[in-house]
Amino acid sequence: MRLYVSGIGTLGPGLGSWSECRAVLAGERAYCEGPPPEPNASVLPPNERRRSSEIVRWAVHVAQEAMQQAEADAHEVVSVFASSDGETDVLDRLCTALAMPQRVISPTLFHHSVHNAAAGYWGIATGSQQSSTALCCYDSSFGAGLLEAVAYAHMEGRAVLLVTYDFPPPPPLYVARPLRGGFAAALVLTGAPAKQSLAQLDLTLSNDLSEEVTSMDDAQLEALRGGNPAARSLPLLSAIARERPRVVRLEYLGDQHLLIQVMPCPS
Amino acid sequence: MPPDPRSMTPLILSRYTVVSALGKGLDETYRALRDRRSGLRPCDFEDVGIKTYIGRVDGLEDWPVWGGPTSSELAQFDCRNNRLALFGLQQDGFTHAAIEARERYGAHRVAVILGTSTSGILETEHAYRRRDPSTGALPASYVTRYRETHNMFSVAHFVRSYLGLKGPAMVISTACSSSAKVFATAARFIEAGFCDAAVVGGVDSLCLTILYGFASLGLTSSSPCRPCDEDRDGLTLGEAAGFALLEKPEHAGHPGMVALLGYGESCDGYHMSHPHPEGIGAIRAMQEALMRSGLAPEDIDYINLHGTATKANDSIEDKAVSSVCGPSTLCSSTKGWTGHTLGAAGITEAVIAALCLTRSFIPGTLNTTRVDPSLRAHVLLENREQPVRRVLSNIFGFGGNNCSLILGTL
Repeated sequence: MRLYVSGIGTLGPGLGSWSECRAVLAGERAYCEGPPPEPNASVLPPNERRRSSEIVRWAVHVAQEAMQQAEADAHEVVSVFASSDGETDVLDRLCTALAMPQRVISPTLFHHSVHNAAAGYWGIATGSQQSSTALCCYDSSFGAGLLEAVAYAHMEGRAVLLVTYDFPPPPPLYVARPLRGGFAAALVLTGAPAKQSLAQLDLTLSNDLSEEVTSMDDAQLEALRGGNPAARSLPLLSAIARERPRVVRLEYLGDQHLLIQVMPCPS
Repeated sequence: MPPDPRSMTPLILSRYTVVSALGKGLDETYRALRDRRSGLRPCDFEDVGIKTYIGRVDGLEDWPVWGGPTSSELAQFDCRNNRLALFGLQQDGFTHAAIEARERYGAHRVAVILGTSTSGILETEHAYRRRDPSTGALPASYVTRYRETHNMFSVAHFVRSYLGLKGPAMVISTACSSSAKVFATAARFIEAGFCDAAVVGGVDSLCLTILYGFASLGLTSSSPCRPCDEDRDGLTLGEAAGFALLEKPEHAGHPGMVALLGYGESCDGYHMSHPHPEGIGAIRAMQEALMRSGLAPEDIDYINLHGTATKANDSIEDKAVSSVCGPSTLCSSTKGWTGHTLGAAGITEAVIAALCLTRSFIPGTLNTTRVDPSLRAHVLLENREQPVRRVLSNIFGFGGNNCSLILGTL
């Protein structure tokens, strides 16, 4: 099933934007892990920006970057938000409060605890009434989001914004889910090519697990890929950055692989 | 403007079931609806001290759900949410039907797409009470099972492990609309050829987060909820698990079977926990569902409202429903029976819609004595026995996330 990438946004340690990330992934610059950058997410109104969690701002930031690059109108674009662990900071604060005798939790904290918080904030920021899905598939969340996005682009004939994001949880939960990063990436995907198209993707599901999934050459990037479900998108982003035909193989739940034939689009 | 939604080929619900405060399986659910017996009771969940009612499923605390030959493999999934999922899988021959589908299509060709809003969060709530006093560490027994209990994917992981399925899987977690949206995703996956059939559904179980959270928003009623009543004062929370096996009609269809005819998804783009005042997202979801099904508003025999019994939801939904379908289509909310089962509301009410279609009845609105005179839609209070061919089911959630489904008989 074919689709086209017309915009990309990224945020990660040492990967402040797609232009920075692209240069690293294309091998033009060495990767230097560095501290995580501050998300801008200027599309959020000041009130919402203040209320939102850092995770929401990361997701909204990369969504905004990808949409700008694609010159896409949020009112026309369906969104898919894929995250394995979502709002773990909010969860930590909720569960801490609920473990106290008084069990007082703030209404704002409660409505921020939903897995679709980032999707909700994106909708509020843009006023988009298009369908929005928030999903989880543990370590395969990016792959699941890609499947949902491809199916949407083809079956409904709409452009799709796919956002994936995951963060290391705060200390007590970290032991249960020791993620690296954080990392967030967004792709604007369309069923037909456009002048902004960066790459063409042909996606198939395969039951043949005999070949290894695609890994990263750089050891630090490979550690990020292996340690953060959202960073499972790095091999695909890398193939797009290199602008050469390549097959990317992503693990999908240990039972299937997602095969993505990546072809650069003429610029 | 985006393109109009394409019409869809109906998908058969070749098997379906639900467990809620009304009982286990289709017969118990139908009898409670027919006899107007509510599943709501004064809150007796753990030591929760909120003056409210709940729709609790009996037996989840002590029933030996994990017995039998598969127990050691599946024991790691043990938590209230997955126990409730297992209750659901064991009703109405659902497990048998899913395994038959696995054998017919192949394990890789059957998807598992489920909804939940809070997954096994209760395990985390309990673990936070048992932190090591000196280090703050969570108990090891919790840490090693986070993936199988609390992570949002846990319930789909459990269900596909239990049924031996290897196809595409995911959990959709868009608060209350979660297990309505699973139908839309499954329909796209089947049409895209990612799978031949899909186990869809949703599971959400009671926990402190939702009980104290909804109370903090001032949205819980101190009495059993009264949807659309002029004196309605909030919702009642419940828990449920429901499943449906979706297949193409050429594989499973015959006249009289229940089918998904249309779906519509939208967002309000307005507020995290308050619906858009004009219901524009709700209107869009209903209109898209109608367009996709190729039906006109007058073809709908009954609308199962989201009808949470909050002041805002019921009046805004009424605006949306009467603007799309006019004032004469019969409407009711069944939340006076089940409570609001959040991420399981979509599947619970889809199964209730299927019962309306197959047993020729329309439930009224339980607990409601006088319909709010400001509402324009035709809100039914008493049950009716009559043939039903098309049902529209509305589900709206936090984050302004909306989904409407249309079910009918072939």
